[in-house]
This record gives sequence, C-alpha cells and structure tokens, in this order.
Amino acid sequence: MRPRLATVWLDGCSGCHMSLLDMDERLLDVATRYELVYSPLIDAKEFPDNVDVTLVEGAVSTEADLAKIRKIRGRTRTLVSLGDCAVTGNIPALRNLLPPGEALAVYDHPPRSEVPALRHVQPVHQVVPVELHLPGCPPSADAIHEVLIALLEGRAPDVRGARFGN
Amino acid sequence: MSVCTLFVDGREVSAGAGETLLEVLRENGIDVPTLCNLEGLSAVGACRMCLVAVKGQGRLMPACTTRVWDHMEVTTHDERLDRYRRGVLELLFAERNHVCSVCVASGHCELQSLAAQLGMDHVRFDYLHPPLAVDASHPRFAIDHNRCILCTRCVRVCDEIEGAHTWDVAGRGVKAWVVTDLAEPWGESSTCTSCGKCVQVCPTGSLFVKGHAVGEMEKRTAFLPYLARRRKGTP
Repeated sequence: MRPRLATVWLDGCSGCHMSLLDMDERLLDVATRYELVYSPLIDAKEFPDNVDVTLVEGAVSTEADLAKIRKIRGRTRTLVSLGDCAVTGNIPALRNLLPPGEALAVYDHPPRSEVPALRHVQPVHQVVPVELHLPGCPPSADAIHEVLIALLEGRAPDVRGARFGN
Repeated sequence: MSVCTLFVDGREVSAGAGETLLEVLRENGIDVPTLCNLEGLSAVGACRMCLVAVKGQGRLMPACTTRVWDHMEVTTHDERLDRYRRGVLELLFAERNHVCSVCVASGHCELQSLAAQLGMDHVRFDYLHPPLAVDASHPRFAIDHNRCILCTRCVRVCDEIEGAHTWDVAGRGVKAWVVTDLAEPWGESSTCTSCGKCVQVCPTGSLFVKGHAVGEMEKRTAFLPYLARRRKGTP
C-alpha cells in the first residue's frame, strides 16, 4: 500500500503549495508513489485518520488553525513544517510586535465583530511536535521533492542549502 | 618571532607567537564560523560562534580573542561545539525580528547563510518579538534595529578606521542597542561623516543603503584590510 500523504494550508500565502506544484513532471512520480488523501489541491473535506506524511504550510494564527493542527498531529505519523511561516511564523507573526488590535488598522474596513485570532502567531513546532523542518520562503521544489522521496526511502533528507527567506 | 606548534583536530600546525587562534586557523584553511569578527577590525569575542575546545581549559574559548601557545591542543568541530553554535544562532534569531523573506540583505546575509550552513533549521526558543525602531533620518542610509545582532562591527569600523566614533552601544543585556552620538537620530549626528563603512561591514540587513528592496543589499568589505594596514602606516 502506498504511504498516505496530506498537505495543509494554515496562515500562509500558498506560495509553498505553488512551490510543491513547481516540481513539474516529478509530480507524476510522487503521485504514483504516495496516495494524496487530503490537500487544498483535492476535494477531501475532513482530515482523515492514519496519515503517514503531512506537509504543513503556514503559521498558527487563529483558534481554527490551532484546532486543525492538533487534530492533524493526532492523525499523522511524520509532520513536516513546510516553509518559513510554519517554521518561524514569518510574515503572519509580524503582528506579534503590535499591541492587540492594532494590526487591524491595515484594513480600510476592519471587521466589526471579534476576530478569532490568537494573541501571538506561533510557528507550528511551538504548538505541536514536528518531525522535520524545511525552511524557505518558499522552499524550492527540489527541496520539497527531496523531503518526500527521502521519507519514502526511510533516510534523512539532504536539504543543505535550504535557508530562511528566498 | 618565535614559533609555536599547535595540534588542531589532531593535525600539527605551526604559528607565530602572539597570533590569535582564529588567525592561525584561517591561515591553515581550517573553517570556524564567525559573525562579529572581520579582518581589519579588532577582535571582541562578542558572537561566540568561534568557540573552540582547548585541552586543559575548563571552558570553551573564542578563537578570535585567544592567543596561541606552544603545544596547544584544539578541537574546532565536534557534536557539542556544533550544537552550541546552532544554539547561539537560535538565540540571535529569537531575540529580534529577523524576517529573512522581507529583508533587504536576504541572500547576502551572514546570519542567514550561517544558519543554512550549520543546519539551524528552526528555533526552539520563544521569539521575543520586541517592537524595535527603524531610524531612516540619515539622507542615504538607514538602520533597522530589528535585524541587529550587536556584533559591534559598525562601532569598531567607525572608531578604528574612520576615526569618527559616531556609533556606540547603549543599554545593557537584552535592552542593548547601537546608537549614533548620544542616542540621537542618525540624520542629526554631528560626528557622522556619511562614509558608509558601517553599512558595508554590517553582517545582516540592519544597516543598509536606502533605495534597496528585498534581497538587493549586498555588502562590500574588501576595502577593510587595506585601509586597516594604511591606518597602521604599513603598505
């Protein structure tokens, strides 16, 4: 049976998922070697049980993010923080510098009801244990491919050269 | 000049008495990471990246400020030293707001590239997220305190090479920061000559030339050893 792969998108720009798609023809190979069971790229509504690898893009910014990542952690064997938002908080965490509520000033029409945002945006590993970190804004398609293949082959990925930023 | 014999990672190396350990390591092509050190400036041992183990010493020693002695036995790389170096980088990243993805120096930053080189792929500590200022009052340059690692290269180059001593460090501990004159806006400094040396030696995106977007600020430090020699009166 093929290992079950999931990808999730918390507070990020989807750039990491774009980089994932940037694997080009290697996607066909990855798609035959993994079973993609949950992702913004497919139509599954509920995060399934018994997932082997989950790639998480984005920081944990809201109560909903927090609930999602806890559920995902409980159902995933190898959790991978994909990209700077998941690994460091990155851009979403810039609002941590501001007093509560002040970040809303960037909106012309701020929401009138309470925003269910956490006081501090957190990297994924500050909230749940993470097995692997892949920094980058976004990580290169090569690095993402290497992580996916290394996990299949049961070895440590060689992602030297992966760095914060771009 | 008398000569010392050292053993570095089991290898025999000779050095002139009075040389620093870092100088000797560099002369012999032995790589030790550094951040605050820069050829042409005095060594201050601020960043702790070049810590090495010296046999018989009860503590780790910064290679940049340690003078060699005869029969010194040095370890430059082992699991513990690499772990400590990664730990130092993690603390630097946690202490201020180093957001590489939107930094002018991304791709040309010594902090960013050292993290990649040493495999520091996440920070275990809570980020402090201090609300720090950007001083853009100077017509050509700006300082973003969010990116400063307090290496004091700017302070040293301004004092030792330019001779202006516009920069200095104010405050203590986690509240320390670099200031121009008596913590006045850079643009109002009466001592700054606007030479830009501080900008060029800054290892991160903290000091930059205005008008650069993300990843565009490349630093040039090649002038420094030459100027340092000229200041000492040697060609």
